[in-house]
Amino acid sequence: MTTFTPTEMMTIAAARALTSKDVCFVGIGAPSAACNVARLTHAPDITLIYESGTIGTAPDVLPLSIGDGELCETALCTVAVPEMFRYWLQGGRISIGFLGAAQLDRFGNINTTVIGDYAHPKVRLPGGGGAPEIATSCGEIYITLKQATRSMVEKIDFYTSFGHGDGGDHRQRLGIKTKGPTLLITDLAIWRPDPVTKEFTVVSLHPGATRQMVQETCGWPVKFSDNLEDTPPPTPLELSTLRDLHARTAAAHAGTRG
Amino acid sequence: MAEFLSLREAVAQNLFAGDTVAFEGFTHLIPHAAAHEAIRQGIGDLTLVRMTPDIVYDQMIGMGLARKVVFSYAGNPGVGLLRRMRDAIENSYPRAIETIEHSHAAMANAYEAGASGLPLAVFRGYKGADLPKVNPDIKSITCPFTGEELAAIPAHRPDVTFIHAQKASAKGDVLIEGIIGVQKEAALAAKRVVVTVEEVVPDFKGLHPNLCILPHWTVTAIAVVPGGAHPSYTHGYYQRDNAAYLEWDKISADRDLFSAWIKDNVLSVGPEVFAQRVEGLRS
Repeated sequence: MTTFTPTEMMTIAAARALTSKDVCFVGIGAPSAACNVARLTHAPDITLIYESGTIGTAPDVLPLSIGDGELCETALCTVAVPEMFRYWLQGGRISIGFLGAAQLDRFGNINTTVIGDYAHPKVRLPGGGGAPEIATSCGEIYITLKQATRSMVEKIDFYTSFGHGDGGDHRQRLGIKTKGPTLLITDLAIWRPDPVTKEFTVVSLHPGATRQMVQETCGWPVKFSDNLEDTPPPTPLELSTLRDLHARTAAAHAGTRG
Repeated sequence: MAEFLSLREAVAQNLFAGDTVAFEGFTHLIPHAAAHEAIRQGIGDLTLVRMTPDIVYDQMIGMGLARKVVFSYAGNPGVGLLRRMRDAIENSYPRAIETIEHSHAAMANAYEAGASGLPLAVFRGYKGADLPKVNPDIKSITCPFTGEELAAIPAHRPDVTFIHAQKASAKGDVLIEGIIGVQKEAALAAKRVVVTVEEVVPDFKGLHPNLCILPHWTVTAIAVVPGGAHPSYTHGYYQRDNAAYLEWDKISADRDLFSAWIKDNVLSVGPEVFAQRVEGLRS
């Protein structure tokens, strides 16, 4: 069997969740890699949208930022940022929002704002950017992050983006009509929210991952599905597509071209 | 009516201590040269408005020119954190700054409201989020027709907005292409507008009829500064200097290294260095 890293498995498992029918609002980092692997393998007709206003973009290398020229040059069209947030996101045109997180809780609430107290933070993180409205305006939300007890926590320090709140019907009670987080893909497992409580539950373990490994890197007591599955390992095509993409990206970002 | 000036004059005549100012650009077309000129002139006590403050506000904050920052994403895009801004927030170095934090949707809507002459922006946002608890500018409004509760924030009305664009016509009309971000809205929301451009062409005749153009009568001053967005990029002229963004992470991590960098790369040079900086990045 080909060897691969847990991060590669995470990205590929995330890519598999996307289809050609999806209109996807893409965050930078692992989400961007996953969305483009999907586009370059089984989902060639997926529409990728970055918050810089690029609609239907097809970058040859992964952008370092959400506004790289590559995104505009390969897009169907590029709109102004107010239009992006008003017509396309708030207008309900986007089926999937793909987010990363600095801190995540069991109900898919995300913190990317501060560690510690807001007024006197221990660590000031970049903040929400587009995420607060992506989290409530996209049809559903997929989340990727690497497991660690400092990122998967019992209680997040700040609600940057609302997931399922305290669980159950909390979204509906706030008048939010979209589904919220429906999928969490980590470097060890695939998680889905319990249909009633909305707590993320492990439904599939990646090759080589164990229940113990998942629990040791998660800050809350982990629930496992009764029908726990094994995530199929990356195929040679998936792995080579991801690695080629990263190699092209590294070459392009290493420095000044031309 | 757009007046062609040197960058030094354009900044000196339009940016004053205590102003609320937006240096806008969404990864693309960030007006670095104009911000460096503001640093050289030491214009301080500013309220800096920008969706993604980026390394150019990191530099202004690190030089102690900001009193307050209104923003939605305080990161070095794709790289990480803004270390000078963090130092100001976490350690009040070189001075304490006040922060007013929004989401991108809120900031974009606030510029649009400013350009529209409205006092507030209304949108469906911040549901379940904690920002309304820490930002008193975020309030709610009830739709008089449906009863839906929506977010409301004040419109952005900067004293002056600085942007960078591809071209000006001889008359002073300004053409913006590629990722156009919030520049048109930020310009039309402001009392004064200063634009740096790559070049001046005789006119815009024969171009596509739906281009993003600021007519000359909406622009206060234009300064020609080739390369003026570097290390950001100008679509059709030069690429983003990603290596410089990565390098900034190291420079900004150390107070002394930062000061030395500013001295060598901002204080001791003029706007003409930008043309050299993009030489290797031209497509």
